[in-house]
Amino acid sequence: MATYELNVNGQRKQVNVDPSTPLLWVLREELKLTGTKYGCGISACGACTVHVDGIATRSCVVPVSLIGDRPIITIEGIGNDRVGRAVQDAWVEKDVVQCGYCQSGQIMSAVALLKTTSKPTDANIEDSMGGNICRCGTYIRIRKAIKSASVQLK
Amino acid sequence: MPSINSIVRALSVILVVCSVWSMLTLAGPARRQMSQKPKAGTATRADGLTAWEQIYSVLTHPRCINCHTATNYPQQGDDRHRHFANVIRGPEGQGVAGLNCASCHQETNADSTGLPGGHHWHLAPLSMRWQDLNDQSSSSAAVCRAVTDRSKNHGLNGPGLLKHHEEEPLVLWAWNPGRRPDGTMRTPPPLTHAEFVAATRRWIKAGMPCPQENSTRR
Repeated sequence: MATYELNVNGQRKQVNVDPSTPLLWVLREELKLTGTKYGCGISACGACTVHVDGIATRSCVVPVSLIGDRPIITIEGIGNDRVGRAVQDAWVEKDVVQCGYCQSGQIMSAVALLKTTSKPTDANIEDSMGGNICRCGTYIRIRKAIKSASVQLK
Repeated sequence: MPSINSIVRALSVILVVCSVWSMLTLAGPARRQMSQKPKAGTATRADGLTAWEQIYSVLTHPRCINCHTATNYPQQGDDRHRHFANVIRGPEGQGVAGLNCASCHQETNADSTGLPGGHHWHLAPLSMRWQDLNDQSSSSAAVCRAVTDRSKNHGLNGPGLLKHHEEEPLVLWAWNPGRRPDGTMRTPPPLTHAEFVAATRRWIKAGMPCPQENSTRR
């Protein structure tokens, strides 16, 4: 076991866990931030996506020992960001969610996309969102919501 | 009558003359043999080509060539299959926003989750592709041409290439590739890193020769 000081959603959090523990389980089990979901556990589905130092990161495969002092933003904190707020509003406006399990990861990836590409094309969206799987097949509404958020952010 | 001393002196002179003549006579073939040896440059080129083939065996090992693709995706595994999860190259070889290399690959290997990692994890530029579009390794001659073409290799000359092979973190990673998700170790290249660097030195010393395209060696 080891003690780590994490910067999560702008707050300092201390956890005492095994160094090999994936960030996902630190967030969910230690910090009770359960908005980030466990999907596949091998970074294949994107449900566990959070931002680490601004990079959309698959938290299920990154041990907490490799985080260091890089700031972490989860779905619970992304609404405090202008782009994050716009994406969440667009998600509601377009009624994207069906079962919802993958959607926190979808939103985190969409925010990462819009932060680097303010007017994404369909190809940009397919490339950036290609690692986020939705078994309900909400992809068309996700695309519409991203474009709507892009317009809102002009 | 000549004295004994005179006779000894005369014999000594004859002996010295014969010795000098013998040395000169015997040294002749030796000199000819030396002049018949292959030119130093030719021998060094052959040694250089041998060294290059050792280098090539490393460059085309999956730990290296999986990120020197000609396509818009990296490969993974010893069978060099397409990287899973729809990972793509992106404009700078680092994936795209939302799906960067760094979305999973950290600064070091994550053995507990089976994720390989190293500093600035990224794909090699397309100018340094060592495969064709069908994911087949390029020939030894083609890879050698790419490696030595300074318009393609970020302007690296011999010392630059040696430094790259000696120090580049992602090159070094190939010999410390970590564990697979199933806990087994990834296979390293066929040479040790020291052997790889030594082969690079020999190849550079020989003038970085490249094999002919029609060589039987791939």
